Amino acid sequence: MRCIKNKIEHNGSGAVTLCPDEPEDMWHAYNLIRPGDILRASAIRRVTTVQDTGSTSSTRVHLNLVIRVKNLDFDPQSSQLHVSGQIMNETQHTKIGQFHTLDLELNRNFTLEKEVGADGEGVGWDSIAIESLKDAVDEGGKRRAEAVAVVMQEGLAHICFIGQFQTILKQKIEMSVPRKRQGGGDHDKGMNKFFKVTLETLIRQMEFNTSLTSGANNEAVRPVLLASPGFVAAGFQKYIQSEASTTTPGLKRLLPSLVVVHSASGYTNSLSEVLQSPAVKRILADTKYARETKLMDDFLEQLRKETNKATYGPREVESAVEQGAVGRGGGILIVSNRLFRSQDIAERKRWVSLVDRVRDVEGGEVRILSSDHESGKRLEGLGGIAALLTFPIIEEDIDSDVE
Amino acid sequence: MSRHRIKDIDYDEDDFYDDEDAAADPEEQEFLQQCTTAVLQQLGAGQPSVTATKEEVQDALWHYYNDIEKSVNYLRGKREKEATKPQKSKIQTVPAYPAPPSAAHFSAADFFRDCPWLNVPSHRKADILVEPLYPRLGLLGGAPENGGKLSKLAALAAARKKKEGEKIPSPPETSTASTPNLEQPKTSSLDHPGTSRSLRDRLAASGRSTPKASEGPGSIRRLATPSSSSHAISKRPAPETKKPSVSEVSESMQRVVLEAKEEPEPQQTVPTIRASPSTFASTILGAATGPTAAEPSHLHSNSSDLLKIYGQDHAEPFDFAAPSPDDVVLNAQNTAKGMKSKSGTSKAAVAKKGQSDLAGGMKELSVEDKVTVKSKNLDVISEYEKSTRKRSANFVVIGHVDAGKSTLMGRLLADQGAIDQRTLDRYRREAEKIGKGSFALAWVLDQGSEERARGVTIDIATNQFETDKTAFTIVDAPGHRDFVPNMIAGASQADFAVLVIDSSVGKFESGLKGQTKEHALLVRSMGVQKIVVAVNKMDTVQWDHERFEEIEQQISAFLTTAGFQASNISFVPCSGVLGDNICRRTDDPHASWYTGRTLIEELETSEPYTHALEKPLRMTIGDVFRGGVQNPLSISGRIDAGSLQIGDQILTMPSGETAIVRSLEVDGEPSDWAVAGQNVVLNIANIDPIHLRSGDVVCRPSSPIPTITSFTAKVLAFEHLMPMQVDVHRGRLHVPGRISKLVASLDKASGAAIKKRPKIVGPGVVARVVVEMDQAVPLEAPTRIVLRAGGSTVAAGLLE
Repeated sequence: MRCIKNKIEHNGSGAVTLCPDEPEDMWHAYNLIRPGDILRASAIRRVTTVQDTGSTSSTRVHLNLVIRVKNLDFDPQSSQLHVSGQIMNETQHTKIGQFHTLDLELNRNFTLEKEVGADGEGVGWDSIAIESLKDAVDEGGKRRAEAVAVVMQEGLAHICFIGQFQTILKQKIEMSVPRKRQGGGDHDKGMNKFFKVTLETLIRQMEFNTSLTSGANNEAVRPVLLASPGFVAAGFQKYIQSEASTTTPGLKRLLPSLVVVHSASGYTNSLSEVLQSPAVKRILADTKYARETKLMDDFLEQLRKETNKATYGPREVESAVEQGAVGRGGGILIVSNRLFRSQDIAERKRWVSLVDRVRDVEGGEVRILSSDHESGKRLEGLGGIAALLTFPIIEEDIDSDVE
Repeated sequence: MSRHRIKDIDYDEDDFYDDEDAAADPEEQEFLQQCTTAVLQQLGAGQPSVTATKEEVQDALWHYYNDIEKSVNYLRGKREKEATKPQKSKIQTVPAYPAPPSAAHFSAADFFRDCPWLNVPSHRKADILVEPLYPRLGLLGGAPENGGKLSKLAALAAARKKKEGEKIPSPPETSTASTPNLEQPKTSSLDHPGTSRSLRDRLAASGRSTPKASEGPGSIRRLATPSSSSHAISKRPAPETKKPSVSEVSESMQRVVLEAKEEPEPQQTVPTIRASPSTFASTILGAATGPTAAEPSHLHSNSSDLLKIYGQDHAEPFDFAAPSPDDVVLNAQNTAKGMKSKSGTSKAAVAKKGQSDLAGGMKELSVEDKVTVKSKNLDVISEYEKSTRKRSANFVVIGHVDAGKSTLMGRLLADQGAIDQRTLDRYRREAEKIGKGSFALAWVLDQGSEERARGVTIDIATNQFETDKTAFTIVDAPGHRDFVPNMIAGASQADFAVLVIDSSVGKFESGLKGQTKEHALLVRSMGVQKIVVAVNKMDTVQWDHERFEEIEQQISAFLTTAGFQASNISFVPCSGVLGDNICRRTDDPHASWYTGRTLIEELETSEPYTHALEKPLRMTIGDVFRGGVQNPLSISGRIDAGSLQIGDQILTMPSGETAIVRSLEVDGEPSDWAVAGQNVVLNIANIDPIHLRSGDVVCRPSSPIPTITSFTAKVLAFEHLMPMQVDVHRGRLHVPGRISKLVASLDKASGAAIKKRPKIVGPGVVARVVVEMDQAVPLEAPTRIVLRAGGSTVAAGLLE
């Protein structure tokens, strides 16, 4: 996302103009735009006019609309963001107060304004919003190539796109592969068919051009991680190799980017293991999600080893912060960004103030994990928030009984 | 079944009889008589004088609305025309083709009977056919009722007609009055209540002119004579029984003949132009020969076939257009009493039934054949008690990877003669070819090409062998940690376990840390009580007694903590490659210290296992495959509970689809039935294979297993538990899920809660947890489940 104009005042109100230029930016926009914000974007609206005679005609008109956001709808599969709200500017075709749903489009600027209301109506650009804005605006063009992961086991494959901030499950392939039987060759046949379908799906999802001629333009091929327990992934790699050498030579360009890694199962649960494997680390270097995965592993490790020096769950973490345990010298607050996406402003304020307190008052570290990543999903299981503590605290049972 | 779905399409036929009633109206008849005589007089008086039969005259009169003059003109003209032709008596006229029965009038249905679009669904057809396609008025001279100017005559006729229309409603009532059982509602239960009386009566005239012949095939539909109607009713609840449709039709033909004889024909003078079709013809062509026959529309038969495919044919869809069951019964009673006065209603009902019988017959002929398997209705449990099968036992072979599980079992099978020497030699040759000579015995069980190439078992393999006392089923489980899910599937089929331990230096120690431990814990938590420890590869340590004792000590200590009773643990030193102490005693002098049982003897000490035969059927599908040309779809697995026989309908969950058991095999032998504890292959039909996955559960439609997305379980933690993502395993079932809540940690002995909502549960602690899954999964308490995460088993326990 490119920042076109930034007019954020010191008090937190102000507007920014942004230009999304890749699908993942929609996800950033989804995190930035909150209900109550003012959004200006280009829109196409169908306008129905009634003539004096009673005949109606409807036309589609291109407008620049300003709406006050009521609701957001994000489709991660296709990276589309729909923002609905009430129109605030009057145009030839619209009236104030009419409802409209804006579909943000790639390479079209939009302006987002956040207000600080006197009565606490809006919260303006708080620290979290500024931070996600920084995340969203990719200054040096340092966007790293994303990876494709195929997590598979016999008869089951999940094709995931791993981005900087989110992991999208693009497609699940499920097939019934006959088991090995006495004197039956069905298993091998079934596996071959399974590989065939998986490869076809993978190529389609990657929009990989298998024709030989397209190799000339030397487009970069994203790394493809093949992960499975046992030998399924290796078998799949072998299958792709044999396909490349026999039927579709265009696949040869794909071969160097294939990496076979181990995973415990064919479900997306095991993506963390995939991302932590040395082979993948080498390719993806120090990416955000690799760091996040590491952080979660560290947390769980801590929880296992020194149970009282780690805690999770909203109430538990709040009480730990209260006691000053998430401070200087190793205190880390881990928050899922889902908490900041809350529709309830008070709820969001609660978490923002907690984050601010840890960062500014206690001196602890705050890490905000993307809920659309594998590590974020693990955090979700723990209630969306967790903390590594500087000193062990004994939890009273009353605390947990309340919920 | 579409018995009642084909509505009454033989519209005019109903009306024939109405007309009989109408003719009975004395007032009208009198008038008719008067007119007839007048016409006859005029005909005779006119130049040239013409003769006409009374019927002809009446016909003509009817057509001209008792306009005497017109009738006379018409008849004259007709005679003149006839005079030009070779003189033939009208009564003997037999046209070479089935001409419209009378020139006077035709019914639309008659006219278009061989048009393909007559096959429109009957409920729509009725509306089309109600209106005669050509207004009868315009047939001769008269202008259409509403078309343009009316001639004076036509206007007069119309007026008369109107009058007539007003007048007529009485006759049917008088007739119904004669049949006290038939009351008003029945008359109104006619399919076309919108039809006006006058229209009917207009149509009714064709009753007089329609030759009797047309009734032959037509009445196939009316085959519901007293006996057949009750027959049809009694048949309905059992749609599975095959209906000999052809014989039924011919049967009905006989009845038709009888009926024709019985039925008094009030107007015998009506000429029979068309011969009634032969029995053969009607059988072959069925309804097609009759002008108003119930040609079951293809749409109809399709829809019923669809229902059949989806196995819902037993639930007959109720069509409210059909007469109510009460009416059917009353009609049947009426006809049974021999009431000759057939009101339109009863006719309609009767005809309807006839049609649907025929439709049923058509359905039997449909291409889409559904496999029906006749159940022998055995009392499976008593059969089981009567059977003289040997005791059977399943055991799973577990242990760390490369402990020699498959080789040991291959040796066992070879020595027991379950595998012949030639095959074994072939394996040996082929194994040596790829440089894995020592794996030859393992190839008996490792059938997969990948397994052989890599020299590691990937999936479970089952094999049978028999000793004098017991029929054993070996379930050879993979030892590699990646394939523990497969091992769980194997362990869930086992009555007891054989733990194979590599006694060679270093291997035993690494195994103990690895899968030896995990497997042993798993089989214990799957409910296995007895374990035989085969200390393998003793030849590599020169049958060192101390080594054996060291292993025995460590393993038994571990197994007792895992929950095995000391009396249920036994140790056998052996060598799989050499076959020592497996089926025969070793002759190695170093092993003279061992005087205990050989492995096979140890296996035979296993006690018989009881299974829940009386419980509802449960079977986890282990594999879905194509069993061969004759059995395009087969599933295998072990019956967990209940019993099964050929012809049973089964329900697979979570798909909720039903299938039928065509045949089944128990331990590779064809059988008529199977009970819990047996390994079976079911050859099934009437289901699409996409609904079947390994891990699905087969049950009976009457007692289906519930599918759930969340459950509470009491588990023993093997590792730290916290809210986390886990894989849930139950036999072949393997689904992703997550521990959403740690409810409490429990006291091992008493089961009382120690700490509510613990933050984390350590290894070895019993805890109650809530597990949520993304998809609905067939699980029911009490079931043993295993939770795994990151490639290791984190907990195992019992569903609550």
